[in-house]
Amino acid sequence: MNSIQKNRLKDQLFKIWGIACTLFGLVLLVIFIGDILIDGIGRIDWGFITDLPSRKAEKSGIFTALMGSIWILLLTTAIAFPVGVAAGVYLEEYSKKNRLSAILEINISNLAGVPSIIYGLLGLEVFVRIMGLGASVLAGALTLSLLILPIIIVATREAIKAVPKSIRDASYALGASKWQTIWNQILPASGGGILTGVILALSRAVGETAPLIVVGALAYVPFAPSNPMDEFSVLPIQIFNWISRPQHGFIENAAAAIIILLLITFVMNGIAVYFRNKWQKRLK
Amino acid sequence: MEKLKDKKLVSASTEDDITSKNASRIEAKDVKVWYDDFQAIKGIDMVIKPNTVTAFIGPSGCGKSTFLRLFNRMNDYVEGFRMEGKIKIEGNNIYKKKVNVEELRKEIGMVFQKPNPFPKSIFENVAYGLKIQGIKDKKFINERVEKALRQADLWEEVKDNLKKSALALSGGQQQRLCIARTLAVQPSILLMDEPTSALDPISTAKIEELIHNLKEDYTIIIVTHNMQQASRISDYTAFFYLGELIEFDKTRKVFTNPEKKQTENYITGRFG
Amino acid sequence: MQKIKELVIEKSLLFSALITIAVTFGIISVLAIEAFRFFSEVSIFDFFTDTQWTPLFTDKHYGILPLLSGTLLTSFIAISVALPIGLSISIYLSEYAPKSFRKTVKPLLELLAAVPTVVYGFFALIVVTPFLQQFIPNLSGFNSLSAGIVMGIMIIPFVSSLSEDALHAVPKALKEASYGMGATKLQTAFKVVVPAASSGIIVSIILAISRAIGETMIVAIAAGQQPRLTLDPTVPVETITAFIVQVSLGDVQHGSIEYRTIFAAGITLFVFTFLLNTLSYRIRKKYQEKYE
Repeated sequence: MNSIQKNRLKDQLFKIWGIACTLFGLVLLVIFIGDILIDGIGRIDWGFITDLPSRKAEKSGIFTALMGSIWILLLTTAIAFPVGVAAGVYLEEYSKKNRLSAILEINISNLAGVPSIIYGLLGLEVFVRIMGLGASVLAGALTLSLLILPIIIVATREAIKAVPKSIRDASYALGASKWQTIWNQILPASGGGILTGVILALSRAVGETAPLIVVGALAYVPFAPSNPMDEFSVLPIQIFNWISRPQHGFIENAAAAIIILLLITFVMNGIAVYFRNKWQKRLK
Repeated sequence: MEKLKDKKLVSASTEDDITSKNASRIEAKDVKVWYDDFQAIKGIDMVIKPNTVTAFIGPSGCGKSTFLRLFNRMNDYVEGFRMEGKIKIEGNNIYKKKVNVEELRKEIGMVFQKPNPFPKSIFENVAYGLKIQGIKDKKFINERVEKALRQADLWEEVKDNLKKSALALSGGQQQRLCIARTLAVQPSILLMDEPTSALDPISTAKIEELIHNLKEDYTIIIVTHNMQQASRISDYTAFFYLGELIEFDKTRKVFTNPEKKQTENYITGRFG
Repeated sequence: MQKIKELVIEKSLLFSALITIAVTFGIISVLAIEAFRFFSEVSIFDFFTDTQWTPLFTDKHYGILPLLSGTLLTSFIAISVALPIGLSISIYLSEYAPKSFRKTVKPLLELLAAVPTVVYGFFALIVVTPFLQQFIPNLSGFNSLSAGIVMGIMIIPFVSSLSEDALHAVPKALKEASYGMGATKLQTAFKVVVPAASSGIIVSIILAISRAIGETMIVAIAAGQQPRLTLDPTVPVETITAFIVQVSLGDVQHGSIEYRTIFAAGITLFVFTFLLNTLSYRIRKKYQEKYE
């Protein structure tokens, strides 16, 4: 075999290896979802969703945890969405290239890499203790809002960057002010991209466990929260709690709850991808 | 292909003089090319003689670059590419299944529109083609690098700085480096895709002079947008328009007395 | 009037942006204050040299090393899985795969990173550990091996997606030059494309490491909760993050030394990830300038 043939052979071998690696990830995802479906699908019925938690596995439901997750989702959206988009708009449209903008940029990039459990420690000290909110839904939502803020800011900036300069020029040329241009032209044109980023960030928030455990969310709450100051649990914490129990019935419960959680996560991801595709088409 | 292969193996393992090599003859027969549904080449026949310089001219999108890139199968990587017809080099169809593309490309060097040196040292750039063939003999590589740089008329300018990054060279020097990089593997055909379009007039003149000198050892095909350049350096000129070969003849004939009205319109600047 | 309105809007947008600085400031001061109180009771020398971490026992030891070794061991296993696979995927997708395949596979792989980590924890404990026990009989029910492997699977898309972006950004002209000289795709990938994209690839690896170090639920569920200074991947260990979870689940009195341990552990974790993130930011900035 001469060197050229050897090189060709290596090339082909690497190609096969590359395909194998790519499939490895995908196949695992499938095995993994398949396994959880087998373990948990039999446990899912209407009662599982509407029942309160119980000491007996077969009587336990996810109602309080699911409601807790929905509360967290709504409050987090209400807090993080306006603040994140506003910060993104400021950085992209107003901020001049100076020291402050450089610091803001480094800072946001760093925040995006801070482990989520550290946000839990921040929330525990600031929201739970200093602000006296206790282990409430509001404290949890504020903590998760800070966690996803960098994601929303970065997504907003990217979406605004993608708006053609010509739209801006046209608006200014007609005598529109800066804010009028942003509100009437730039935000509508970048809306799809911003929405995509926000939904992806929220889907991350729905799956978060560690920071909420640190903030003090409970593994067991007898009732669903009825106002922002109530104590709460969320689906991932319920799952964590069930995984830690030795009885097989709870493992089945955990798998069933995982199916519900994955459904929520994947649907949110799907919606995000849908918006992104629609938006990218329109932008062209 | 067999003949090319044998010659290649010899040239890779011995230090034969590059000037002793024979340039190759190229034939295209009823060549058609599609990109997905778009037909870029609509049936072209052409014979290119060894040791000549042939210029491909024509307006943007006429298919001249696509046609050039058929000769070393660079279109293979373009998604949606499909081709019919035959391209023979020294009588061997290079689109046959058995053909080893990597080997073919060593025989047929290519210089691109924009200088594209690798972000490595000058020496590493020129030695690249030899190293990927698995050649390890340092002395041999050093000699080849020097020879190629001399041929590309760059040696005097860089001989003390071979370790310097190629990106530090000027645009014109970078393009000559790219030519040297191609010459180092001793091809028999040189394809040049608008090699001077990104360069200033002085660098352009240097490259044109180089092309003139290289003609002795190589068959050269050059795509150009510059009519004066085509008339200055080429022996033959092919005029392409909308995927067809309109006219192909001695350069002097094409520029003084073209057969076709379209050719005349183009070279006198009436369109394009 | 219009002018005032514009000014008010600009200032409120600026305020939103400044919140991010307040967050960083908040994180650093919260960690620093509680850690400072912690270190007024525990010597910093013991913290870094004691080989036992038993703050919840009667015989209290406050040596961070066992937690640190648990964190680094699981992260190391994760990176050993994610790096070769993620890089191979990125090279395959950017240099070999047809465009349509790339377009479908990339978002699917990114789905791996979208799965909540508690779900991965379940997978590691319930599926991977029993599977591995068939080959490694003395593997404990809780161990860093399966937690690390599953964490590695989770961070594959961090490596593969970001690296693929970097490889894809390498100018086509460079690849063509290499192909034009008779190089195979493999030679072109490793001799031209990967070196040209190296800073982007390094950034992706650093971010993946940082992500692994900060990962919590997988290790809290599957690696165990026994602080132990060991490099043995088959026995239970505890990471910094898992310890914080363990303490948070219990009923710990605010202001007690136990309460402060989680902040001391937290600041150690924060310093690590902060250094890695800053490093990756620096490299990214430098490399953006190079291409612009």
